[in-house]
Amino acid sequence: MNFPFAPEQASNFAVEYDTLFYLITAFTVLTTLFVFVLCLGLIIKYKRGSGKPEDRRNPMHHNTVIEIASSGGFLSIGLFIFVWGAKMYLDMRQPPANAMEINVIGKRWMWHAQHDNGVRENNELHVPVGVPIKLTMISQDVIHSFYVPQFRVQFMVVPGRYTQMWFTPTKAGKYNLFCAMHCGTQHSEMGGYVYALEPKDFAKWKETGGNRFQPKPELPAAAGKQLYDDFMCGSCHTEKDNQRAPSLYGLYGRQRQFTDGSTMVADHDYIRQSLLAPEGKINKGYESMMQPYSFTEEQILELIEYIKTLGTPVPTQVAGGAQ
Amino acid sequence: MTTHVATEEKNYLQEGHTLASWLLTKDHKRIAILYLISVSFFFFVGSIAAMMVRLELTSPRGTLMSNETYNKAFSAHGVVMVFFFLVVAIPAIFGNFLIPMQIGARDLAFPRLNLLSWYFYMAGGIMFLIAMMSGGVDAGWTFYTPMSSIYSNGQITLALVGAFVVGFSSIFTGVNFIATIHKMRAPGMTWWRLPLFVWGHYATSLIVILGTPVVAITLLLVVFERVAKIGIFSPELGGDPVLFQHMFWFYSHPAVYIMVLPGMAVISEIMACFSRNKVFGYHFVALSSLGIAALSFIVWGHHMFVSSQSMYQGIFFSFTSFLVAVPSAIKVFNWSLTMYKGSVWLASPMIYALGFLGLFTVGGMTGLYLASVGTDVHVTGTYFVVAHFHYVMVGGTLLAFLGALHFWWPKFFGRMYPEGVAKWNAMLVFIGFNLTFLPQFVVGWLGMPRRYHYYYFAPEFQVYHVMSTLGASALAISLIVPAFYLTYSLFKGPKSPPNPWAARGLEWEAAASPPIKHNFHGVPVVVGDVYGYDAEAEELALRGMTKEEA
Repeated sequence: MNFPFAPEQASNFAVEYDTLFYLITAFTVLTTLFVFVLCLGLIIKYKRGSGKPEDRRNPMHHNTVIEIASSGGFLSIGLFIFVWGAKMYLDMRQPPANAMEINVIGKRWMWHAQHDNGVRENNELHVPVGVPIKLTMISQDVIHSFYVPQFRVQFMVVPGRYTQMWFTPTKAGKYNLFCAMHCGTQHSEMGGYVYALEPKDFAKWKETGGNRFQPKPELPAAAGKQLYDDFMCGSCHTEKDNQRAPSLYGLYGRQRQFTDGSTMVADHDYIRQSLLAPEGKINKGYESMMQPYSFTEEQILELIEYIKTLGTPVPTQVAGGAQ
Repeated sequence: MTTHVATEEKNYLQEGHTLASWLLTKDHKRIAILYLISVSFFFFVGSIAAMMVRLELTSPRGTLMSNETYNKAFSAHGVVMVFFFLVVAIPAIFGNFLIPMQIGARDLAFPRLNLLSWYFYMAGGIMFLIAMMSGGVDAGWTFYTPMSSIYSNGQITLALVGAFVVGFSSIFTGVNFIATIHKMRAPGMTWWRLPLFVWGHYATSLIVILGTPVVAITLLLVVFERVAKIGIFSPELGGDPVLFQHMFWFYSHPAVYIMVLPGMAVISEIMACFSRNKVFGYHFVALSSLGIAALSFIVWGHHMFVSSQSMYQGIFFSFTSFLVAVPSAIKVFNWSLTMYKGSVWLASPMIYALGFLGLFTVGGMTGLYLASVGTDVHVTGTYFVVAHFHYVMVGGTLLAFLGALHFWWPKFFGRMYPEGVAKWNAMLVFIGFNLTFLPQFVVGWLGMPRRYHYYYFAPEFQVYHVMSTLGASALAISLIVPAFYLTYSLFKGPKSPPNPWAARGLEWEAAASPPIKHNFHGVPVVVGDVYGYDAEAEELALRGMTKEEA
């Protein structure tokens, strides 16, 4: 047996995280020691029958200065930790604009990842070192939590809405991937590994379809187009707004206005809702005509990828592996 | 204070020996004994489940049970310990017995409601036991949706109804305490003469009556969704799964103060008595309980920093969580300073209280890692959290419970236990506890998620699990030993004098041990300050002197 004492530092957050972590540890140890020494000293000095009885003369039962000073001192150190922690959290919650995007789906009891060139993997995630990675995550069933201890990142993967997290791996290696939210029978086995590869190794891995899944990786956007055609979405949603339906061209990221007067930017969640429960948000000037569709989470993500390409030229190149 | 105690009179234990005289009693002291027996039983059940979990975790691949059984074992441990031990134990046993006695009342304001609360507790408890035996519950004590409402098999519905019912037992007790403390104080018992035990229970009761209805309704909504498919929390039915977490933690964070404030209340009494001193900063300690009660309602979101609530909410809840740490810190400093110029008597209740101080300090300080929104991200959902709340809940509440049991045992039963054994055992509790839970901080920091049956993905965690299980075995022994010597003392223990600790307070000074049915002869009148100890005079008396001579 070995005695590991700290998790490896393998992401951009790890060093700062650990600095704050050890600072709180120092504060904890010092405070505990202080209470321990204080109590021990008082016990020794004032143990029943020890010392001079006169030592107990004029007992002090309150001292407002001590109360205010000790709670003020404690609070100031606390607030320092709070500010630092909050700053770190804001960094963790706001992915940089140039981040590489990967979709992640959690389902009992496995992780499924889709790379932008169509490579898919299960219970593994391959990422390049030195590149910010943004995960867009959703659950097919219950709440899961995507947790990579060596990266010091974790976020819940919730059914019915997209969540995201980001990190930049800083060191090549194999790291733990855990589900950290109890999700049922095989919760403890819903895990695997994150492989951080040097950029050139990663490029090669991605190009060859992830070593494992050789057969024809398909671009998510292309798969989305196939669905779009199969379900004949285009018969109502034409290139321009018409009487039946608003156009989906240039939809992603654009402000929408609804019949109830509310507005919203068309993002992942909006498009997903509009597929599963279209009656919920009706665009201003339209009536509720569309039926709800029950797609899987993979299909929804593919449709979103396709819709993102509308209004800009549809890419013609074929995915990674094919020549 | 008036004291005229007739010793030949029947005490409350001798007022009727039939089963009906117990099961239909309206005497708050007898109801406290009913609670003592039933709470001890549930504590035993919860401990068995904990030992199953600890034994299984000595190996990364498990050896004793299936995934399903493991999940049911940790769920049973959580549900039983939280809903049937921690929330109930100190208020329903010691609060019930002592609040009327400490304020000079003959009983609680609503004796029948008090008895009803015990029946609700038993009804809820039996429902949960049936649920456990007829399929079990695997959703953890937190019952997160949509797992609990849609996906989980097993007896979730019955377990939730059980928790709902037991919630009402707490509400009844809380209402009773508030009414009693407001309306039934003896002449001269002003608010600033109330023992801190009463202040602590007053704050607890406020949280109980404001928070428990929310969780009761929430659990009922899960039942509606599960049984009638009414979409509230499941997105498939049009609900929002994170809404459950908001509603659940709106109660369940204040609930950790429901569990620990009564423990703090006990510690104040023990520190005063065994330091022979007034609790340092009495007013600050009393008001800090109310401060905790108020702030506890605006910190729930710190359980949800990675749950997809907005990041600004995260920062708000982080800030309030740092604020709520302050009143607890005030208490720890004040308890320590209570020994200043005191006469420290290291009897078994005091050893438990000092153990509480140490463990609660660690528990409270490690809360800072979790209150800080950035550092929470990596350790939330890991053994770090498990270790943290066991330091607060076991190191805090359980040690206070054991301290209270030893402090007031002669008051309850008029018998003494073997003090030497009790002292050594108190130290074993402290050591066993630290051996169990210190390694869990490290393994959580390394990244071991909680509620994991297997950890073969990361076998390097094993060494810490083995250490933890060894510690849990020591802890288990240290909990079995008092069960034996306390039971033994009931029958063979030496008779205790009315006030073996020479403690101040109406329950000791104005009543017999065990007390008579109506607690006091006549109505006690309070003239002096609370905790009127005089350490100097006692030290002089030890040396055969008086203040005048010195």
